[in-house]
Amino acid sequence: MLTGNLLWVLVGAILLGIAAGLNGTFAFLQKQSLVGDAAAHAALPGIAIAYLIFQQKDLPILMLGAAITSALAVYMIQWIVGHSKLKADAAIGFVLSVFFGIGIVLLTIVNQTGAGNQSGLNDFIFGKAATMAKSDLVWLSSSALLIILMCLLFFKEWKLMIFDPVFAKGIGLPVERLRVLLTALTVLTIVTGIQAVGIILMSAMLIIPAAAARFWSNHLGIILVTSAFFGALSGALGTIVSSFRTGLSTGPIIVLCAASLFLISYFFAPTRGLISKSLKKKAFKQRNVAKEATNHE
Amino acid sequence: MNEFWVLLTGSLVGITCGLTGVFLILRKTAMIADAISHTVLFGIVVAFMITQSLSGYWMLIGAAIAGLLTTFLVQVLQSGGLQEDAAIGVVFTSLFALGVLFITLFAGNVHLDVEHVLMGEIAFVPWDTWDVFGFSMPKAVWMLLFVLLLNVLFLVFFYKEIKLSTFDPVFALSIGLPILAMHYSYMTLVSLTTVAAFDSVGAVLVVAMLIGPAATAYLMSKSVSGMIVWSMTFGVTAAITGYYLAKLWNTSIAGMMAAMIGVIFMLVFLFKPHDGWIWKTFKRMKLQKTNIQANS
Repeated sequence: MLTGNLLWVLVGAILLGIAAGLNGTFAFLQKQSLVGDAAAHAALPGIAIAYLIFQQKDLPILMLGAAITSALAVYMIQWIVGHSKLKADAAIGFVLSVFFGIGIVLLTIVNQTGAGNQSGLNDFIFGKAATMAKSDLVWLSSSALLIILMCLLFFKEWKLMIFDPVFAKGIGLPVERLRVLLTALTVLTIVTGIQAVGIILMSAMLIIPAAAARFWSNHLGIILVTSAFFGALSGALGTIVSSFRTGLSTGPIIVLCAASLFLISYFFAPTRGLISKSLKKKAFKQRNVAKEATNHE
Repeated sequence: MNEFWVLLTGSLVGITCGLTGVFLILRKTAMIADAISHTVLFGIVVAFMITQSLSGYWMLIGAAIAGLLTTFLVQVLQSGGLQEDAAIGVVFTSLFALGVLFITLFAGNVHLDVEHVLMGEIAFVPWDTWDVFGFSMPKAVWMLLFVLLLNVLFLVFFYKEIKLSTFDPVFALSIGLPILAMHYSYMTLVSLTTVAAFDSVGAVLVVAMLIGPAATAYLMSKSVSGMIVWSMTFGVTAAITGYYLAKLWNTSIAGMMAAMIGVIFMLVFLFKPHDGWIWKTFKRMKLQKTNIQANS
């Protein structure tokens, strides 16, 4: 059953999982997880505008439109936080909902134009990985490969930028430009994935594997590898499970696979998992009690 | 008459969400509201699976439970060592995915389609009426009035307490206020508001209405009571202007209302005297000029 298109979908989902896992870890460590959510929602107006201007649904054009509005949303969040007393969470929530609202206005207009009804733009909201065309999958895979490559290339610089920005600036790294590059890459990841898993669940691909991987280690390298592995595994499992039955959308299943991996990590991870932590606490208490007892003797 | 009901529903959403949203902004929990607006879907689907009916009461109860569950899970993950933004992200995307899956598996044929949940159908509001005490009004209006009443009662009885626990939680705790219970009851109110509003206007507009007007009011006013008045005013203004613009351009009413919230925010953010962006930039330029003159 793993023939033709499904094989391509599987490859695409795995590569997307790795890319989102790597990129999501950096966003997670910068405490910017929800910015990704806003950027994903903000892709919708871009897709609609690109379609309205060019009247065709070639993936690269739609992706370009999505990238522009996503980047604009991220920039707007930073602008609002920088120039008013509003906190980040309010700015994110505001930008997210307004951009998505504008997106829906434009989508309604697209659906009213003659050919727009068949344009399939609605698929972008929930994704349609299983029925993607092969040319789109090639785009998805090459874009994901590019993201993975960039993450490996800038690993050291980003690591320094995240954990010690002052030192990074001191040794002459262009910290601001590195930050912009990371944001740009996050936007690219989102834009790459939205056709497959959909706008609303794309942010899950960025957040959940990274959050799960955090429970397994305190070393950035290991967290990155674990997160990429979780992303790939949930991409693969989600694609296979959703191919068993028609009518199951791939996006939600991929996210639920990632969520299961998160739950396993949350409870059973050896270093920071809940069970190992409570065991350690118990052992610590017992040791103290024993020590107290010997002290009293 | 239909136009009147749609406008009334939109304005009620603006008033209720504007009122609830103020404390979301002040307590820095805006993104939990976003999370709740997504997980409400999960609550409604589970309520439907258990009761096999789409009646308003069960939807309200299911949504309230889902909202509490979201708040609770975020708190649990946070105390388990996960940072807040990631905890929110993990919880709401997982529950939302579960909700979408349940719909496709168990409720494929009912009116619960996901696009309706996201975008709402405020134009259909007038046709779905309830008779209570001989009055016949749209179901959405009844539900919104009920939730608005709850919100007002909560604020009337606990205004001082919620204010204190928002601005100085440590002091509030030390004089014996149950701040955790306050947090959960407030979040229950947020979920009730969400579900009452989103049946008519969709999940997206609910988030916009909860966060946008209150965030704009936060820029306008320095007192809580002032914020509440501004927030409700902005909410109603966005609802009414959004409705007429949507009618003019023949597009999604809920989406247009959300867009208008963005426009109002941008107007205040840019043009407000003294601390608007343009005013500040202008002042900075003037200061630079006088500095240069003084130096030369």
